[in-house]
Amino acid sequence: MAAVISRRTALQLSGALIVSFAIPLDSGFGATQPAKKSVDPGNIGSFLAINPDGTVTVFSGKVDLGTGVRTALTQMVADELDVGFSKVILIQGDTDLTPDQGVTFGSLSIQNGGVQLRQAAATARRALLIEAGRRFKIPPESLRIEDGMVHPPQGEPVPLAALLDKQGLSLKLDKAAPLKAPKDFKLVGKSQPRLDIPDKVTGQFTYMQDFALPGMYHGRVIRPPALGATLLSVDEASIADIPGIVKVVRQENFLGVVAQTEWAAIRGSRRLAATWSEWYGLPSRIELWEHVRHTKILKDDVTSNIGDSAKALGEAKDRLAATYDFAIHTHGSIGPSCAVAQFDGDHLICWSASQATHNLRKQLAAMFSFKDAQVHCIYIDGSGCYGRNGHEDAAADAALLARAVNAPVRVQWMRADEHGWDPKGPPTLLDMRAGLDASGKITAWESELFIPDGGAGIVALVGADHAGLNSLGTLSPGGVIQDLAIPYTIDNVKTTAHRLESTPFRPAWIRSPGRMQNSFANESFFDEIAAHAKTDPLEARLRYLQDERGNALLERLASLSAWRTWTKSSRGAKHTGHGLAYTKYELVRTYVGVVCEVEVDRDSGEIAVKRFFVAHDCGQIINPDGLRNQIEGNVVQTVSRVLKEEILFSQSKVTSVDWASYPILRFPEVPEVVMDLIDRPDQVPWGAGEPTAAMVPAAIGNAVFNAIGVRLRSVPFTRTKVLAAIKKS
Amino acid sequence: MPEFQFSVNGKEVVAHSDDPTMPLLYFLRNDLKLHGPRFGCGLGQCGACTVHLNGAAIRSCVYPIGVIKGNVTTLEGLSSPQGLHPLQQAFIDEQAVQCGYCINGMIMQAAAFLKRVAKPTEAQVREELGANLCRCGTHLRIVRAVMRAAQ
Repeated sequence: MAAVISRRTALQLSGALIVSFAIPLDSGFGATQPAKKSVDPGNIGSFLAINPDGTVTVFSGKVDLGTGVRTALTQMVADELDVGFSKVILIQGDTDLTPDQGVTFGSLSIQNGGVQLRQAAATARRALLIEAGRRFKIPPESLRIEDGMVHPPQGEPVPLAALLDKQGLSLKLDKAAPLKAPKDFKLVGKSQPRLDIPDKVTGQFTYMQDFALPGMYHGRVIRPPALGATLLSVDEASIADIPGIVKVVRQENFLGVVAQTEWAAIRGSRRLAATWSEWYGLPSRIELWEHVRHTKILKDDVTSNIGDSAKALGEAKDRLAATYDFAIHTHGSIGPSCAVAQFDGDHLICWSASQATHNLRKQLAAMFSFKDAQVHCIYIDGSGCYGRNGHEDAAADAALLARAVNAPVRVQWMRADEHGWDPKGPPTLLDMRAGLDASGKITAWESELFIPDGGAGIVALVGADHAGLNSLGTLSPGGVIQDLAIPYTIDNVKTTAHRLESTPFRPAWIRSPGRMQNSFANESFFDEIAAHAKTDPLEARLRYLQDERGNALLERLASLSAWRTWTKSSRGAKHTGHGLAYTKYELVRTYVGVVCEVEVDRDSGEIAVKRFFVAHDCGQIINPDGLRNQIEGNVVQTVSRVLKEEILFSQSKVTSVDWASYPILRFPEVPEVVMDLIDRPDQVPWGAGEPTAAMVPAAIGNAVFNAIGVRLRSVPFTRTKVLAAIKKS
Repeated sequence: MPEFQFSVNGKEVVAHSDDPTMPLLYFLRNDLKLHGPRFGCGLGQCGACTVHLNGAAIRSCVYPIGVIKGNVTTLEGLSSPQGLHPLQQAFIDEQAVQCGYCINGMIMQAAAFLKRVAKPTEAQVREELGANLCRCGTHLRIVRAVMRAAQ
């Protein structure tokens, strides 16, 4: 197994190889600028370096957010180049070293990032074999690469690195460079133990939260007591008695304390006397859904429009309608966001667990009116990140404080900062309508989604906002209109997203943004229609699905979960039920179907989620055990979101700022997860970090209906809501 | 500056702090550079900071340094020169980590528990870890790892 090398060692290694890499590339490696490594994604030297010692350095713009992609990407490159797994060193998310491969989100690290790295490796492989063939004076096809050595049919093998000091190899990334045939994979498709785990279970792993610089101070921020409050006054003398306070930093409404020790910074931030204006700009929580429904619509995005749904609805024999809503969620990373920033004159280095260091660089540059080149962002693994959480904001805080004291500053948010100020998954509302003919056939499907405008853009940095600085932020809830269109073939369909001007809290994407909420409504409503038509939920889906791969997956799911032979049971007030959900993610990639088994207590309203069955087809599987780990996480995390989670707020601020007021799933409540992974080694690999999560809400709701005959249309499915639904039925 | 004496991972240490209410966690992480225990909530709610005090699992993020007496063990002190603690090996064998930020607490809580209950049932393990939070959803693997270590 390869060792996870320390960042410093990695950078020393990569620094050494950058200047010693002998192939003259089109940009970056030239003798005139030896220190500047190319990060141009059109150039394979930006992604790969074959080092004289036989190791291969991979420069990945996609980062490991705790998902295990470090290991999977290593497998992909090592296999494609035929170098040993242990010979690959992976550098991630360093704006000076790694190409911008896009934000690490959307289940795209392997599907896009890994595929790009693999293509770079394939380009290199072909070029190296051609060069070796030239040297051996034999056709390249007669050569094979094994463990980093090129073997001719007869004679001594040569190491890959020895082929590099030759002029004239074209190393432009070639999208047509042939990939290895699946039958030749040695690493891809086999479970590979994760590279980071040994250090993580012994306390040797360096997380962002552990990173320190010599002479580094500690900072804490003091956020306003109301979202839109302004800072009226600060009494610095109120903390003068705390030893080690370096400075109270104030810039407009940004307020922070810098201290020599972390504890002094915390004490200082807690005790600092400041007065703020009042502010009551949030909607009343009990009127949240009216607020969402009546927020100004900027535009409509019609995501599918087939036939004439309005006419078909008018002519339908039966019409069904339902409204679904999904609460505001926080990311809830266990480790609050953290960053270290250091200025060297007008040059800023920022260490961050950001999923988007290249974007963060632009944002920090904008804050300080720098050029992008004056900012260097370096990724270090942090606590799990499930979207755009507070990591970037902590980076802005650290930078503001470091600038003020002209020394390196580390900021870690406190728990209340994280729950209170990370960007939130916005409240999401969906109206659904369907029409059926006399035979029970669905003739019309309509949906209307109420969701903030914008896509997966740049989210403003909260510290910059408070300091009155521009951080390039726009309304960016994520790719939230995906999966509003449905995978089923129905004659008349119209799905419309009403894009709202605003939403109560700064929004951003949390795992499967919009896709989870849309899938919740779609798959729950489809279940409602099936029940109305007295059709089995599985058979109904098979009937409307004209997709061979999807149908095959549903049959695998039916076998796995014994769907057709399963029977309900009751004991006292407790009733079991099972529910199903299916999607082809974003209608273009990973197929996933799930069956959930629940036991519902009609007296207490409690839902016990007992078991999840998952059939999963993401094409080619890179690391099967890594995939299983991801799927388990998708299920467990989303069961938590669906059963328990909801941001509470007053008209001034978030009030659920700890784990007591924002409870998440605990060990005794965690369901078993049983899965069937469908591997297709001859297909491209698709993402797996999100699709299963999107299936969980509807599957639980549908299982509850199966158990006790009531529909849950509002996440979270709290006991209060279950009891209210029972009372209404 | 007041001094507090106790031992950490078998070595005598002296902590200097002007504030006896400073939680133990900051001394371990910042003065001793022991990064096994981690800051998660500062409220004793999540378990990421768990260490042993005289063999019992405590939340170091809320445990004042001024009252520490005896021996503190951190994740780093759990393994011996002879090798990994059976729980650490089991977590590797079961690949029971996603981001791993909570894993210190899982291992430390379970290690203290297995000393009391050598052969727990799965339900007992789940109950014992009930106040340790994981956000990635690694729970099933964590339970399997603890059960494996108990074998």
